[in-house]
Amino acid sequence: MYPGYDMTPPDPRETRELRLEIEEFHADYCWTLDCGDVERWPDYFADDAVYRITARENADAGLPVGLVYADSKAMIRDRAFAIKHTQMYAPRSMQHFVSNVRVLEAKGAAIKAQSNYLLLQTLVEGPTTIHQAGRYYDSFVRAGGRLLLKERQCVYDTVLIANDLVLPV
Amino acid sequence: MFSVNTVIHQPGTFAKEQLDDSFDYKWPDEGLQAIPDWIYTSPEIYQREVKRIFHGPTWNFVALEAEIPDPGDFKRSYVGPTPVVVARDTDGSVHVFENRCAHRGAEFCRSQRGNAKEFVCPYHQWSYDLKGNLQGVPFKRGVKGEGGGMPKDFRNEDHGLMKLNVTRLHGVVFASFSREVEPIEQYLGPEILKDFEVVFKGRKLKLLGYYRNELPGNWKLYHENLKDPYHATLLHSFLVTFGLMVAGSKNGMIADASGRHGTLASAKPENVAAAVGEVKGEMRSYREDFKLADGRFLEYVREFDSPWSVTMQTIWPNLIVQRELNTLGIRHIVPNGPHSQIMLWTMFGYESDDEEMTRHRLRQGNLMGPSGFLGLEDNEAIKFVQEGLRRSPSDRGIVKLGGNTLGSTNAVIDEAAIRGMYAHYRQTMGL
Repeated sequence: MYPGYDMTPPDPRETRELRLEIEEFHADYCWTLDCGDVERWPDYFADDAVYRITARENADAGLPVGLVYADSKAMIRDRAFAIKHTQMYAPRSMQHFVSNVRVLEAKGAAIKAQSNYLLLQTLVEGPTTIHQAGRYYDSFVRAGGRLLLKERQCVYDTVLIANDLVLPV
Repeated sequence: MFSVNTVIHQPGTFAKEQLDDSFDYKWPDEGLQAIPDWIYTSPEIYQREVKRIFHGPTWNFVALEAEIPDPGDFKRSYVGPTPVVVARDTDGSVHVFENRCAHRGAEFCRSQRGNAKEFVCPYHQWSYDLKGNLQGVPFKRGVKGEGGGMPKDFRNEDHGLMKLNVTRLHGVVFASFSREVEPIEQYLGPEILKDFEVVFKGRKLKLLGYYRNELPGNWKLYHENLKDPYHATLLHSFLVTFGLMVAGSKNGMIADASGRHGTLASAKPENVAAAVGEVKGEMRSYREDFKLADGRFLEYVREFDSPWSVTMQTIWPNLIVQRELNTLGIRHIVPNGPHSQIMLWTMFGYESDDEEMTRHRLRQGNLMGPSGFLGLEDNEAIKFVQEGLRRSPSDRGIVKLGGNTLGSTNAVIDEAAIRGMYAHYRQTMGL
């Protein structure tokens, strides 16, 4: 449970269409990242978006730190550029799996949803490993007919990160 | 599954990783200008390090007092690889004891942090107070009519938890298995104490949160990395491009008299472009075209009475104190065999911070940690080093920059502090 996402959800039969739309959003978002097209990743966010990846122990204790912490789309863009062009790290490929999508709120423009994610990583010479298991807590806005993230909190269960987390979740 | 695992040549495959006490651990003839690979790969050397360094006369970081502010607060922690509990008693004193029941050895404290009146081992419900003293043993006198129970001469006082020597300095808690270790101020030495106090003295910390990662490299490589100003200006494009640390601007590598501790310090130049302009030809990672879309992230609020905008302190054997502009934190190194270490990061600000200052620290936190622009590059580089050491038949690395000098240096292109650390290490280890 995450603060601001602990409401009683509407009857899922009434939000099926929206859930489908959110699932399509996840599929696109993950496809972009899994293709390594990280410079298109900021396109999924609103200008004033908040993006944070944090351990469950921080989320549960109300501690604000982020493994990645951005409170503007510009910061998300800077990270995307750095990953693509300046950071030094070994080659790797990632696959995201998102499931258990639940619509938590669907009042007009305010849309909130929660999902589980699984992130697989494959390094040169390495086995494919579960790099992270976590949950997305998402707030969406609509812009030009499509959904954009106003907030994405990625809260991971995986206590010890295997060395580092280079690419976005 | 740890990240040290590879499909090809898993750890333990090579002779270098199987050396025992029959091997001749003779340091190379080049002396401190060479480091033999076996100090990073040998299980025998690792065991000797645990015994002589982590369990020897050293002060090991275990907690920040801000993590356990109230009576009964506790935290799971480590001294070297050994699990311990840090607890605050009702009288405000702080105690550190092994996380191992005196009865059958169960690791009784399972939560990362919490508050308790006592510790009860779940196996047979032996109970201990917040100082680690044995309080209660169920059925100590057996069952009436059946006998059993402890022998008559069993005294609770003789069966408490294994307690460690504890000291506190400006809100930082250290523990030692040794009773002979010198007082902490003396242990750190005046050179190191100075910048330690800039971060901690007279300031109440506000916890911002934790990162935890496994780093597939020997624990000493992390110390070396922060005693190596040379890498900072070459590996880290962020430092170079934004002038946070540039060869030729004001930098310092400060070591204590023993050589074991260090402070990597730098002062952000007023005119970054001019500072970079002088040396950029030498630095492949310099990117002229890289401009931040959100510049708030690298702003520096001058909040300290110090000539340095950055101080990275390596406090032997298990603590890093990070002051990188306004992002503050500690890193607690838990050695995890020759090929791996666990890194526990605690990020903090000060209680006096307003909301905007806290957000500034959180934004700047993107520099450090296992996803930080500097932090992830260090983790990658250290992993590459361990793999190279482990799998190649070559047998040594070289640390010749700056010649034969040891310890402090004003030069960035210098490895004197690494040599100084190994002078101390060889003495402690009998190598």
